[in-house]
Amino acid sequence: MRKFSALSLAREALRSHKGWDRQWSSPELKKSYDVIIVGAGGHGLATAYYLAKEHGITNVAVLEKGWLGGGNTGRNTTIIRSNYLYPESAGLYNHAVKLWEGLSQELNYNVMFSQRGVMMLAHSVHDVQVAKRHIHANRLSGVDNEWLTPEEAKAYCPPLSISKSARYPVMGAALQRRGGVARHDAVAWGYARAASDLGVDIIQKCEVTGIVRDASGAISGVETSRGPISAKKVGVVAAGHTSVLMAMAGLQMPLESYPLQALVSEPVKPIFPCVVMSNAVHAYISQSDKGELVIGAGTDSYLSYSQTGSLHILTHTLDAICELYPMFSRMKMLRTWGGIVDVTPDRSPIIAKTPVDGLYVNCGWGTGGFKATPGSGHVFAHTIAQDRPHAINTGFHLDRFRNGRLIDEAAAAAVAH
Amino acid sequence: MLLIRCPYCEQDLPELEFANAGEAHVVRSSDMVGLSDEEFETFFFIRENPKGISFERWRHVHGCGRFFNAARDTVSDTFLLTYKAGEPKPSLDDLEGQKK
Repeated sequence: MRKFSALSLAREALRSHKGWDRQWSSPELKKSYDVIIVGAGGHGLATAYYLAKEHGITNVAVLEKGWLGGGNTGRNTTIIRSNYLYPESAGLYNHAVKLWEGLSQELNYNVMFSQRGVMMLAHSVHDVQVAKRHIHANRLSGVDNEWLTPEEAKAYCPPLSISKSARYPVMGAALQRRGGVARHDAVAWGYARAASDLGVDIIQKCEVTGIVRDASGAISGVETSRGPISAKKVGVVAAGHTSVLMAMAGLQMPLESYPLQALVSEPVKPIFPCVVMSNAVHAYISQSDKGELVIGAGTDSYLSYSQTGSLHILTHTLDAICELYPMFSRMKMLRTWGGIVDVTPDRSPIIAKTPVDGLYVNCGWGTGGFKATPGSGHVFAHTIAQDRPHAINTGFHLDRFRNGRLIDEAAAAAVAH
Repeated sequence: MLLIRCPYCEQDLPELEFANAGEAHVVRSSDMVGLSDEEFETFFFIRENPKGISFERWRHVHGCGRFFNAARDTVSDTFLLTYKAGEPKPSLDDLEGQKK
């Protein structure tokens, strides 16, 4: 694979960019692999990349029923932050932020990681207290987070209205300066390219239809739409479809799948310098480098695998956007979409071994998995390769729903993902 | 927006009048103290989360206020049936034929 460098770009510029190879190969499916990863989204591809790079396991297939990065990796609002309340979460998401900071160099692929700051607004006395509690907890965990007055928030994000006559006036904000956004597709493409270069087979349009276990109950392979494949280890990284896949191995999961929607506006000149989230009125917004305002809405209240949601969810979010940023009230929205997110009871992910030997699962990222992509792949690769969790994901096991050691970000009010 | 038939009001009404209340037919034990950790986990956390026909509870919050059950296809989001709380769970085979 050709490296991207100033020299290679200049040379290709001089010959109409005709010398670039395909960024990843489309190999023939083999009959057997050491490890099969189910799902070629960001987390699955990152897992395959770190298996090859850090653990020397290159006989790996990543199976994808659709196209690479076409699920939630291509549907999220690309926000990256690590200001979670509990030490386990702060450890996991901060591990990811540290990897994000070097990711473009590591992959030799520009993932357009931009640490423009993520600001979370407080609209009530309760919000203020919760935000400050988060800030103190974050600083103890080594995660940057600071308190801004409404005027400081306005200075950081000029389009924000801090009018006292608003229905839910801004009473301050928590700012994580190291937070920001990245180009979601580039993350999938960059990991795919780097993993493929290390010998990983990425197989698209290959749906897993069964998980095969041997007489002892251990994993022996998978059934797919392109025939059976044998493997001693299978890692399921299938987001909204995790329950469906795990049922193939006879396991029931503490998961529910909901539609989560987002939308973008028509592209405009640079107007919005950072990421702003408001959990109380439920609106996230940032501006992509293409100029679109990227707006995150909420989940529907019911289970669905339809990748669409109800319109009232979107209009509710736009009401909040217009109230917080009156100047956007006449913006035209360009398109809306939905993704299916798998939500755990404590709103924390599961990155773990399962009761089935050789079967591993990375799921439950709910409404906020994109930010964790590099960290998630890194610790999941460790879990698969070593057959035991990395120190960072030790707490994110399946047993917590039985023994009660929840990582209860859901109860830590004002935490959106 | 879904249109939902309240089996008490006997009308098709917009989703905004209703609140989803999770999986239906999850039976709370009459002896909670006697449950093992495993049984409690199954009752409290493990969910069917089907891709296909889901049995779920809804509450007509901005109407009669009553809970009822529904069978809905989670792929098409189509309601196949709503029925009053306490009525038996319909058979999957009968419902499969109605899927669109």
